[in-house]
Amino acid sequence: MDFNGSEPRGPREAELLPATVATAVKVVIVGGFGVGKTTLVGAVSEIRPLTTEETMTEAGVGIDDLAGVERKNSTTVAMDFGRITISDELVLYVFGTPGQERFWFLWNGLFEGALGAVVLVDTRRLEVSFDVLGRLEDRGVPFVVALNGFPESPGYPVEELRAALDLPHHVPIVHCDARSRESSRDVLMALMRYLYDLAARPAASAQPAASAQPVG
Amino acid sequence: MSNQDWADANPERLYVISGGRDRKSATAGFDLVTLVVARARPEPTMQPEHAAILRICSSPLSVAEISAYLRLPNSLVTVLLADLLAERRIEVRAPVPPAALPDLSLLEAVIHGLQRL
Repeated sequence: MDFNGSEPRGPREAELLPATVATAVKVVIVGGFGVGKTTLVGAVSEIRPLTTEETMTEAGVGIDDLAGVERKNSTTVAMDFGRITISDELVLYVFGTPGQERFWFLWNGLFEGALGAVVLVDTRRLEVSFDVLGRLEDRGVPFVVALNGFPESPGYPVEELRAALDLPHHVPIVHCDARSRESSRDVLMALMRYLYDLAARPAASAQPAASAQPVG
Repeated sequence: MSNQDWADANPERLYVISGGRDRKSATAGFDLVTLVVARARPEPTMQPEHAAILRICSSPLSVAEISAYLRLPNSLVTVLLADLLAERRIEVRAPVPPAALPDLSLLEAVIHGLQRL
């Protein structure tokens, strides 16, 4: 038995998925350290957030910029995630990516098959988002930007932030409070509506999408 | 097997659990959100990790959840799942295949589901 208060050895009765669930989809929450990714995952998840991890060997981490870890044989990368049962047949998994952002993109299969991503941004530290945004664009992963509202965050106008982050016009920027279930839910909704627009009108990726409005 | 053993995921132990098999070839086909359902009961003669998977997968669970509950790396879990699949002890429900753009009806379903949250 597990008495140390850490994660359970299996799902609790209330956390069991219906036997009829046939399809799972995933989205990934990315952003700099301490920006609230795990908070957002916890806010929307119907289960207590879990942590999965991957062990990356030297061969796996390859020749990327890994100064400082080259003497290690393996590196463990952890990922927090939660779950939302959408219907009797469909379930959505939300993955958050704590720390060590240079490793996220080496995790095989994290972004493959993902519907899209949410880039969570702390407006006090915009600079930590540049690398993430660039890598998502390189990979062709569609994303929305969510500004997590810390009390002391500067209230920049959205268009000023868009310019600062060098974001194309069609990428939605929304405000959120990652502690709030409703607000975090709205971030996922903004991503889904954006994906819907892209899928309904593939050309939308090359021009401003009128329906991709901020929810904040 | 004690909890200490489970939590102690050192490389040697992972090698033993996986039987030294190449993880890369076995992970093919399993996604973090591939759903797994047990189709057989755990048996005392099984490798403990195989039995543990069958025990927790009486209802569908994703590969990521199995990895979290067993505290084993994702790629090692997929090796164990490949064993169980080969023995037809589990059923897998693959995620929507990666496409350039997701299906509209799928996105509608997700939006409706989120609205009820």
